[in-house]
Amino acid sequence: MFDFSTITQWVDELLRSFLPHAAATLVEFILIGLCLLVGYAVIALVLIYVERKVCAFFQCRIGPNRVGPYGTIQSVADMIKMLTKEIIDINHIDRFLFNLAPFVVIIASVLAFGCIPFAKGLHVIDFNVGIFFLIAVSSIGIVGILLAGWASNNKYSLIGAMRSGAQMISYELSIGLSILTVVVFTGSMQLSTIVEGQADGWLLFRGHIPACIAFIVYIIAGTAETNRGPFDLPEADSELTAGYHTEYSGMHFGFFYLAEYLNMFVVASVASTLFLGGWMPLHIPGWESFNQIMDYIPSIFWFFGKTAVVIFIIMWFKWTFPRLRIDQLLRLEWRYLLPINLINLFLMVIIVVFKLHF
Amino acid sequence: MKYEEFNDNEYLEQLRASGTNVIVGCLDDVINWGRSNSLWPLTFATSCCGIEFMAVGAARYDFSRFGFEVTRASPRQADFIMVAGTIVHKMAPVLKRLYDQMAEPKYVIAVGGCAISGGPFKNSYHVVQGVDSIIPVDVYIPGCPPRPEALLYGMIQLQRKVKVERFLGGKNHKEKENKE
Amino acid sequence: MLVDKIKNIAPEAEIDENGILTVTVEPAKYRELALRLKEERDLSFDFMICMTGMDWGDSLGVINLLQSTVHEHKLFLKTFTTDRENPELPTVSDIWATANLNEREVYDFLGIRFINHPDMRRLFLRNDWIGYPLRKDYDANPEINPVPLESEETLDATSTFEINPKDGEISEKENILFEENEYVVNIGPQHPATHGVLRFRVSLEGEIVKKVDVNCGYIHRGIEKLCESLTYPQTLALTDRLDYLAAHQNRHALCMCIEEALGLEIPERVKYIRTIMDELNRLSSHLLFWSCLCMDMGALTAFFYGFRDREKVLDIMEETTGGRLIQNYNVIGGVMADIHPNLIKRIKEFVKYLPPMIKEYHDVFTGNVIAQQRLKGVGILKKEDAISYGASGPTGRACGWSCDVRKHTPYGAYDKVDFKEILHSEGDSFARYMVRMEEILESLHILEQLVDNIPAGDYAVKTKPLIKLPEGHYFKSVEASRGEFGVYLESRGDKYPYRVKFRSPCLPLVSIVDLITKGGKIADLIAIGGTLDYVVPDIDR
Repeated sequence: MFDFSTITQWVDELLRSFLPHAAATLVEFILIGLCLLVGYAVIALVLIYVERKVCAFFQCRIGPNRVGPYGTIQSVADMIKMLTKEIIDINHIDRFLFNLAPFVVIIASVLAFGCIPFAKGLHVIDFNVGIFFLIAVSSIGIVGILLAGWASNNKYSLIGAMRSGAQMISYELSIGLSILTVVVFTGSMQLSTIVEGQADGWLLFRGHIPACIAFIVYIIAGTAETNRGPFDLPEADSELTAGYHTEYSGMHFGFFYLAEYLNMFVVASVASTLFLGGWMPLHIPGWESFNQIMDYIPSIFWFFGKTAVVIFIIMWFKWTFPRLRIDQLLRLEWRYLLPINLINLFLMVIIVVFKLHF
Repeated sequence: MKYEEFNDNEYLEQLRASGTNVIVGCLDDVINWGRSNSLWPLTFATSCCGIEFMAVGAARYDFSRFGFEVTRASPRQADFIMVAGTIVHKMAPVLKRLYDQMAEPKYVIAVGGCAISGGPFKNSYHVVQGVDSIIPVDVYIPGCPPRPEALLYGMIQLQRKVKVERFLGGKNHKEKENKE
Repeated sequence: MLVDKIKNIAPEAEIDENGILTVTVEPAKYRELALRLKEERDLSFDFMICMTGMDWGDSLGVINLLQSTVHEHKLFLKTFTTDRENPELPTVSDIWATANLNEREVYDFLGIRFINHPDMRRLFLRNDWIGYPLRKDYDANPEINPVPLESEETLDATSTFEINPKDGEISEKENILFEENEYVVNIGPQHPATHGVLRFRVSLEGEIVKKVDVNCGYIHRGIEKLCESLTYPQTLALTDRLDYLAAHQNRHALCMCIEEALGLEIPERVKYIRTIMDELNRLSSHLLFWSCLCMDMGALTAFFYGFRDREKVLDIMEETTGGRLIQNYNVIGGVMADIHPNLIKRIKEFVKYLPPMIKEYHDVFTGNVIAQQRLKGVGILKKEDAISYGASGPTGRACGWSCDVRKHTPYGAYDKVDFKEILHSEGDSFARYMVRMEEILESLHILEQLVDNIPAGDYAVKTKPLIKLPEGHYFKSVEASRGEFGVYLESRGDKYPYRVKFRSPCLPLVSIVDLITKGGKIADLIAIGGTLDYVVPDIDR
């Protein structure tokens, strides 16, 4: 199986051969940063296009098809427009916080994006508390949303931000607990170790019932974290016009828009990393030749394939379900998901202690 | 009207005939391409024409094909406003404020007889005789209410109009000349 | 015998037994008679169909059409004041809740102040509007009321006019609508969930709605005043644009009213065609209701499903009438043109096509746990309230009030078809939703029966181009998609109507929003608005 670390090491050696140590590190930082940002933008654009097409097909429509072949560069046109659109200077707002908020949101999602192992050896930040770090940085985003709602001096925005605060704090618990289930199983918080640990079979299969429950809970809570339907209360179009970002225009709004899609990607890729083996090919113990054939498919395809499946599921229920009401949303979390999760964690501990897994 | 006689606003492209700097012109082309293919409407409808506007968004006519997909409820994020329906005295300041709240570049399409001239209610004491007395209108779509095809045609005319705009190489059509 | 009873109560009342019973009383006796009319068991006029403000030239007044939901008799109650400078009448808004908004409308249009009315603000026009447009001496010069470019100041207080029983002095008392420190959110006039340009001022406590204040008039087009300067055939065009989702039904009501006044005999074929078109219109309206409710509640895909099928109904109507949304099909004495040869075939196809789709709708939306939880038990309307507020149509039927005009006073070909009046008893949003969904099937059932039996004959009777109605007043109502749509017409024998008043089904619907939303969440307000399914131009007229 192709290991991307051969490329990264080659670049590293090349740089160090003619640059001093510090300079080489600096250049590497910049390179990595650029690659991440480009990847970030490209993935966001692709996702926007995919979402439009997918929802169009759900809704017996065609979706974008005039801009480029099959409308493929529709989101590029959107980006160009967004970049050249005016950013309105609004009176009676807390200007500093107002301008800060979109950056907080986008930085949080870029940081989370950086933690993801895309393929074998293609991993920017990998250290022993990787998944913990990922949860921590991704929840910075909520601060941005709260700031946006507060600073806008708009009643809709404020209600949206408060909803989002209540929602995120609640669902963070479920995300944390379902990830904890995985950590209990694999015994590590390092993402690379978690992926390596699934070489003989994906966690969803090995951990059977508790893992499946944790997966489902994670998907539900993850969707809630990204503010997507049916949990899109903070921006609920038909209730709060545009929720916390009502007052944002131009690229500021563009940041929120991008971050929404990227957060969806992050949630989906974490789901696939933790439960579906990340970039690890499908291995079935005992079927050696089958496993070898699977190994021929590059790891990056495995990762993006799995992520795409999860993203499709998330889109599917966004376009199917009506929106929840705030009390139902909180009841779902505190009455159902949280107890289920706690019991599930306990089950997982029993399974690990008595070695009941495959 | 015979199909051959149909004159499709051919003068529109001539607006740009005077020529411009190559680099700036190319940049303009790119920007205009982006803008014209990503015009997001404001969800704004006052009466009958609004239902036809919904029909244009729905499955049979589907304006998302042309990039009008994302209808924004917040004027800050919308690119053009479809004045679909009658504007009355009480609504006029609201419409003006909505227009002012939108970010540049912004466009206006007046849909239906009421928005163009007051339509069947022209003689009423409470109806504004055409929205162009309040805000500048880019495209007029006549009808009562116009069919969805007409709405689509009007929206595509707006795209054409955006394509001949100048963002860098020349004046933007919205800027008012300061006469002193 | 109704006459005798009324003579017993108010011996000095002037009673006209021509057509619907008309009782005219002095303002001093007006309130007492109104109270007795409602309270006495064998009268029990509990439903005020419509209140019309009138300018009779020498006097100003109101004429109320009352109906008893128990005995099903109708009565016009009329009162007037000759004081044109400071016209004052006693309020009946505590007797019939629907009079609350109606009296504000009369105040707005004619300047009649209602004593003891709790909220004497203008309903449609701006507070700084000069003049009262429905008065005959109104000066419509646009320079008096130019197009404003600044929004009016929103009033947080309103006033009640009270009469001092000792000296008869009238004093003004201030009522506070919203306190200084309340968190008041404006929903509308430009808001995706208000279905047009309605404005709610909502006082919130966190997510909980404490009070809703409805502000109308953002699409008040002055149709009633316009009609007074148009000939009868010309007025027809404006009815289509009132409630554009019930264009055909509205026009049907006005045509029937004029035909009744003329004593015109309508061919059977016309009745059938009109009934078929009415039902097609109802189908398209209810499908749109389903789509929009789903969209308001965040289920976007459902919106597209509904519109997909609505387009099919529009196709059928378009082939015959030439219009998609607004058909301009009914004319006085018949319909504009004969039906298209394809109509029968296509309706038959459609009747077969829709039921499986309705099942799909139920699978996609109705069966969903989230949808059920958001609709069930939300916005409960009691039957008494529905009657008192006059919230007829599917909303009234959802709380068990049998108010289908098609059943109670059949018009068109409704007496020849067999159909059920859909009644639910819960009165919550889910019941309102289900009533409409079941009415779709019922409409299909009606179409099925009619479509094969359209009798041969003329599609219209010849009428003169200039129609003059005999002197008198007339009222006719139909069951529109959202409730009872009525036309009150007063003629003085001219070619123009003296006064036309449309009883819009949607005005009562918005008046109950405050009543049934209190204590709910913001999201409930949206769901309730969706299930009430009001159309704003119909409210504002």
